[in-house]
Amino acid sequence: MQANTLPLPPRRERAGERVGGPLPLTLPSPRGGEGNNRLAHRASRRVKERLIEAILFLAALVSVFTTLGIVYILVSESLVFFRHVPLWDFLTDTQWTPLFDDAHFGIVVLLSGTLVSSGVALAVAIPLGTVIAIYLSEFAGPRLRETVKPMLELLSGVPTIVYGYFALLFVTPLLQKLIPELPGFNLLSAGIVMGIMIIPTVSSIAEDAMRAVPMSLREGSYAMGATRFQTAVKVVVPAAFSGLLAAYILGISRAVGETMILAVAAGMQPNLTWNPLEPAATITAYIVQVALGDLPHGSVGYQTIFAAGLTLMLITLLFNILAYWLRKRYRETY
Amino acid sequence: MMRQDAAELRALIARHKRWDVVFGVVGLLCLAVGLLTFAALFVDMLVDGYARLRPEFFTEFPSRRAGQAGILSAWIGTTMVMLVTAAVAVPLGVAAGIYLEEYAPKNWVTDVIEINIGNLAGVPSIVYGLLALGLFVYEFGLGQSVATAGLTLALLILPVVIVATREAIRAIPGAIREAAYALGATKWQVVQGHILPYSTGGILTGVIIGMARAIGETAPIITVGALTFIAFLPPSPVGTEFPFLNFEWLMSPFTVMPIQIFNWTSRPDPAFQANAAAAGFILVFMTLAMNGLAIWLRYRIRRNIKW
Repeated sequence: MQANTLPLPPRRERAGERVGGPLPLTLPSPRGGEGNNRLAHRASRRVKERLIEAILFLAALVSVFTTLGIVYILVSESLVFFRHVPLWDFLTDTQWTPLFDDAHFGIVVLLSGTLVSSGVALAVAIPLGTVIAIYLSEFAGPRLRETVKPMLELLSGVPTIVYGYFALLFVTPLLQKLIPELPGFNLLSAGIVMGIMIIPTVSSIAEDAMRAVPMSLREGSYAMGATRFQTAVKVVVPAAFSGLLAAYILGISRAVGETMILAVAAGMQPNLTWNPLEPAATITAYIVQVALGDLPHGSVGYQTIFAAGLTLMLITLLFNILAYWLRKRYRETY
Repeated sequence: MMRQDAAELRALIARHKRWDVVFGVVGLLCLAVGLLTFAALFVDMLVDGYARLRPEFFTEFPSRRAGQAGILSAWIGTTMVMLVTAAVAVPLGVAAGIYLEEYAPKNWVTDVIEINIGNLAGVPSIVYGLLALGLFVYEFGLGQSVATAGLTLALLILPVVIVATREAIRAIPGAIREAAYALGATKWQVVQGHILPYSTGGILTGVIIGMARAIGETAPIITVGALTFIAFLPPSPVGTEFPFLNFEWLMSPFTVMPIQIFNWTSRPDPAFQANAAAAGFILVFMTLAMNGLAIWLRYRIRRNIKW
């Protein structure tokens, strides 16, 4: 940068302006005023370079501090919570009534809502996402693929609150025509909409995995007289299987962490149920519900959301690590 | 006899090929489910909220009477929060991306940073809300302000910006760096004069996608404790007296578009739900426009740059 603005010295001297590495032998010995100036210039340039590198490094460290901050906040607040509520009760109690006088803290209640809604979402996203991935990777021409992929990406870019509105006021009334006894808040419609939302996540990772399968495997299969469908289902899918699993697991972890669709469309009543036709609060919906109310800082109710958040974090972390490990495995195969 | 075998074989081949066609149709149907849902959502919002999409909708505060309510405080709040988010996330994300691609030595510290960024991208957004509640609101004493929300969303989209920056930088051929070094440029001169200008388009794409995500995020901002009913505006950032800028708005209470939509959706009165639909339509339109812009940019970059 500076070199651009400085007036150009004669050609011989310019050749000596090198930073880093040993000085070229042709450099005139640093004697006299001019040489000293150049040395000072070089030194200041080196300091500046170091400074910039340090600043950039600090920026990269921000992400590490974010993780440390998350862990610190969740664990420290949860520790206070577990001083009031034994861990055993937290895991085994079948009631979740933290704001009542007779307080119970059974995370299973919220977990059931999370698992049921995620289950519905996966029942939608896994078949649809897999078929779309196979279709785009093995059947569709490049032009169709290039048009459809960005459109699918838009599907995951829609704000989740808008999906929540859509689930509550469009999908639920539609489902009520099929199942008249369906309540206004239910896990089913929230789960279905959530499933559609995570289709692009599943399909794009699954497609990447399938396109990483070497062409020679397909050619071998075609040479044996297999059709496109046979090749896709019996050769490509098994070869990309760990990548497909990774796609599903990342889908699960997105579904588990999803908040607004459930808070809007599945209701906020804690309900220990395995039936998707019922309303139930999830871990995330509970956090939203508490945050909307005015709980004093430091009360047990305030700390429950951190314990709930820690549970959520541990579940998604587990799935993410599993997916990471699986993706690494399929990458190493070829 | 031979002829019969051949006929049988042909029938078998035809049967197998029929599966190709069947799967092709099934694949298209599955794609249609996804895309039709999106179309249904867009049209549903437009139909429900069409009556409310008038100029006054943008210039009125929320109100107890649905017919008079508007999104003035919401869209101004969103704009202010996005300003903070961009001001924090873009420099930090780009700097981190440059460090990881151009400077980082191959050692365990770099590995930790890289794995960590991958993990952060998978953390549910509501957990960022809890981080902000514990850290920004109480430990740092920023309160439930524009600054808190902006910082929270900045941390949330940081991985997106970093990954986009790294991909853009990685696409620049090594020959360009080597040419600059050969002329005696320092590392920073190479970054500033070559790497940054050539990767601007790619970085911009990532920033736009990140901002589109931030604009629609609801959960972390609710967790921070944003109010759902705000009938006033934060103080204006531009004053009429010297020094013409003030930063009081950073500490002001606020509401944003998604929270306004959430508030209206959760009321049983259909009149408010029409408001929610109208505001939702605007929000979807905004995110669509941003994503569309990013996709267009990416396409243009791919077409125009031939190294």
